[in-house]
Amino acid sequence: MTTIQNAPVEGAITPAPIEKVSIIVSKGSLEGIYPALIMANGARMEGIEANVFFTFFGMDAVTKSRMEHIKVATVGNPGLHLPTFLGGLPGMSALVTAQMEKKMATLDIPPIPEFIQLLVDSGARLFLCKASVDMFDLKREDFFDEMEGIITVGDFYQMAAGGQIIFT
Amino acid sequence: MSTNSYAGVDLALDGEGFLQDPAQWTPQIGEAIAAANGIPVLTDRHWIVLHFMRNTFLSTGDAPSIRGLGKESGVPVKELYQLFPKGPAKLAAKICGIPKPHGCI
Repeated sequence: MTTIQNAPVEGAITPAPIEKVSIIVSKGSLEGIYPALIMANGARMEGIEANVFFTFFGMDAVTKSRMEHIKVATVGNPGLHLPTFLGGLPGMSALVTAQMEKKMATLDIPPIPEFIQLLVDSGARLFLCKASVDMFDLKREDFFDEMEGIITVGDFYQMAAGGQIIFT
Repeated sequence: MSTNSYAGVDLALDGEGFLQDPAQWTPQIGEAIAAANGIPVLTDRHWIVLHFMRNTFLSTGDAPSIRGLGKESGVPVKELYQLFPKGPAKLAAKICGIPKPHGCI
């Protein structure tokens, strides 16, 4: 375990702590969704305000029929070090996902539906992108019950004002 | 590292105010640290969390995650954030005299 410590620099101004983050989740793969959830939860753990904005395929993370079936992308994912023709075999994505979920369970990383609930309980605010909801012909009731709302990009920027925006 | 006096006891603290030696801790020290961190009165609900956290650390060597706290301490996550507003895992660890939790979850 490495402990991060800022070396004191003479005359340096201590940066102001981050007080708010607004995180955009745009991808629907397991590796696309988890980093955003971990960062949002980590923000709340540090007492930082957290907004999470789900757009495009990222909405799968909070779509009732999909959120329990999020998979690792085994094609087009060079980081996996798996030849593309193998990654495309039937069942490969499910297999890799199951392995990764097993590993995450040992690290106390919750499954996605539980993680979303944890975020809400922690005081993070969850939003859906109006353009994406319209584009995919979805309705409010298709989504996790505790979403705060379906909002426009303009609303998102207003909400993010004064904080940091993270796109994943 | 610095020292500070809580409840009349001189304590070695790390840069963020966590006790260096958990064995120095007493409930009175916990109350004094809480008061210095914006929690003037520790209720029974606070103490459930604090005892659970300290016992977990003393028996496993690790502080519980926020998920573990919510599932096993008997106090749900929503209430944890009400009891310890600026980050329950960190603040509760500070008050119950154990090192800063290192997990990401």
